[in-house]
Amino acid sequence: MPLLENGQLKEEIWQVAIEGEALPEGNVLVPLARLPEALGRNSDGALGVLLAPDEDVEALRIALPRLTAVQLTFPIFRDGRAFTQARALREHLHFKGVIRAAGHILPDQYEFLLRCGVTEVVVPEKTDVSVWERAHKAFTVAYQPSILNEAPEGVALRRYLSR
Amino acid sequence: MPHSSSSVLPVGRYAYDAVDKNFLKERVAQFKEQVARRVSGALTEEEFKPLRLMNGLYLQLHAYMLRVAVPYGVLSASQLRTLAYIATRYDRGYGHFTTRQNIQFNWIKLEETPEILDILAETEMHAIQTSGNCIRNVTADQFAGAAADEVLDPRIYAEILRQWSTLHPEFTFLPRKFKIAISGSPKDRVAARFHDIGLMARQGEHGRPVFEVYVGGGLGRTPVVGSKLRDDLPEEDLIAYLEAILRVYNAFGRRDNIYKARIKILVQALGVDKFLEHVNAEFAAMDRAKYRLPDTLVEAIRARFGHPAFEPAGDAAQQLAQHRLADSAFSRWVDTNTHPHKQPGYIAVTVSCKPAGGIPGDVTSEQMTVLADLADTFSFGELRVTHLQNVVLGHVRQDKLYQVWQTLEQNGLGTANIGFITDIIACPGLDYCALANARSIPIAQKLSERFASATLQKEIGALRLNISGCINACGHHHAGHIGILGVDKRGQEAFQITLGGASDQDVVSIGQILGSALSEDETVDAVARIVDVYLARREPGEQFIQTCRRLGTAPFKDAAYAIA
Repeated sequence: MPLLENGQLKEEIWQVAIEGEALPEGNVLVPLARLPEALGRNSDGALGVLLAPDEDVEALRIALPRLTAVQLTFPIFRDGRAFTQARALREHLHFKGVIRAAGHILPDQYEFLLRCGVTEVVVPEKTDVSVWERAHKAFTVAYQPSILNEAPEGVALRRYLSR
Repeated sequence: MPHSSSSVLPVGRYAYDAVDKNFLKERVAQFKEQVARRVSGALTEEEFKPLRLMNGLYLQLHAYMLRVAVPYGVLSASQLRTLAYIATRYDRGYGHFTTRQNIQFNWIKLEETPEILDILAETEMHAIQTSGNCIRNVTADQFAGAAADEVLDPRIYAEILRQWSTLHPEFTFLPRKFKIAISGSPKDRVAARFHDIGLMARQGEHGRPVFEVYVGGGLGRTPVVGSKLRDDLPEEDLIAYLEAILRVYNAFGRRDNIYKARIKILVQALGVDKFLEHVNAEFAAMDRAKYRLPDTLVEAIRARFGHPAFEPAGDAAQQLAQHRLADSAFSRWVDTNTHPHKQPGYIAVTVSCKPAGGIPGDVTSEQMTVLADLADTFSFGELRVTHLQNVVLGHVRQDKLYQVWQTLEQNGLGTANIGFITDIIACPGLDYCALANARSIPIAQKLSERFASATLQKEIGALRLNISGCINACGHHHAGHIGILGVDKRGQEAFQITLGGASDQDVVSIGQILGSALSEDETVDAVARIVDVYLARREPGEQFIQTCRRLGTAPFKDAAYAIA
């Protein structure tokens, strides 16, 4: 499936580890349980972790400097745990790498994802990027600080949103 | 439609600036686009549902229902005229005030909703987050800025929380809905301990407020009295601490069962100590500077609130006393429907939206217009919706009170029953609601007629009677001194009675179920017999709830089921 990043669709560059099989060469996303195995892998490929919604980001703290990406999951769009995971990765663990969101996600959630620190969204084939762009540009201000540290605007906690 | 051209700050609520107004326009445009995507099929109904709910639009039994937000219950007269216009133009000529201080319209068409939202935006109103699994309308004391016992004005903080929670990126897809209430008086008039978060503000050192923080209270299927997390949260940490609570809830709250998804279930499951540990860990890890609420910011918000320009009291109090002497019906109404004001010569008025035999909380377009006119003439253009489904005129000069009452009387709004047994809270029930098991409105009307006598009500005194049409408890039946819960008994509508609930003053308690469900008429008779037990067995000066606590439920239960 393609990825949405900065308003553009791009090709997937990651492989997801297949259960019961040896880890592949190249860039690989592994479930948390296989992180020790992946850290011991002898490969030049980049490493990322697939974090389930009920897994604590704290489990990544030690390995984080060696991770290029963390992928968070929406089992259904109503399950908003990934928002808190993304924000904690940025704010508490100071993770500077790629945070991906995958699963059942609506374009209407795009701006929220970006403001919680997600940088890439795994979207279905033939996704109409313009719908996601409109969701991103729907608002000029927000009413609370976010991990993007937008500039304050006027009274209260208002922030300018990047467009 | 009506327009307001005043450039003066609105009394009692935050005045939008150009940026806020533009934000509302952007929100309406977004919703228009969402409706269009639903109509085109790009969104499934399952996907559209939470999006429309976050704009206050429900699909009920017969039509769409639109719930309009009334932040901390405060309305300007011009806003109430807009609501009257919407009721006439898009509904059936009336609206219904809710227990979250909002107003809902029951006969709305989906395709007209964006247009209605446009009209609301013109007068700084919206339906944002009046539903959905997000932070809902923040409620506050209906006598805020007026009550003699007030320590500080909770509306400033309710507004700050309203803004902070609006389209919050992290907390818009929570496990379940999230309700916050805030009181600025030591006397809790907001049921703080029946909220997901309840805040009791008081004056701290250095002239800045501190907050008592309660968490995990609520009614619904599992009524719980909230636990105290903090006794003295400093103002500057208010946002940070609430973020910490919400983060713990968002991460750990249950999502597998909607009946166990509220924060109260999480607090119970972890235990309050463990929950507090999680919150404290999150709070300690946070960048506090980033989430700090500086006093300059609080004051900037306060500066956008209008304040009433009170006049000297003069002989207002003496005139009121004379009016009372001259008219005993007026005097009875003053006894029940007014509250002491902190400003000499002024008084706060509660207008009852519960006439004998009426539908609790329903107000017609004409009545809305009358109330708006009264507010403009006598209360600085400001009104409040109460969580008991009445309307408050917050700042009436005592010498004008007689005139106000006469106008209310002429328009079916002069019922003298605040705090009495006919000041009933009732949800919309099976007449409208897709979730209900039983109709709440007809039984409320029958009880209201049964106890309509002014003499009888006065004799009975303070008695809170709350009715819910299903276990979701929108009518707060657990918190009623007498509660009535609609159930489905083998396909028939039936009602359980609870006794001894309370959400006000010092003691908060959850009503106990008396016994098996009764029919509508049997329930009305049983309530009458319960009241008779109280009248027969009370000690001098004892209120209904006090007699209940002293005697326990047994004698009331015996009476309730005596003949039925």
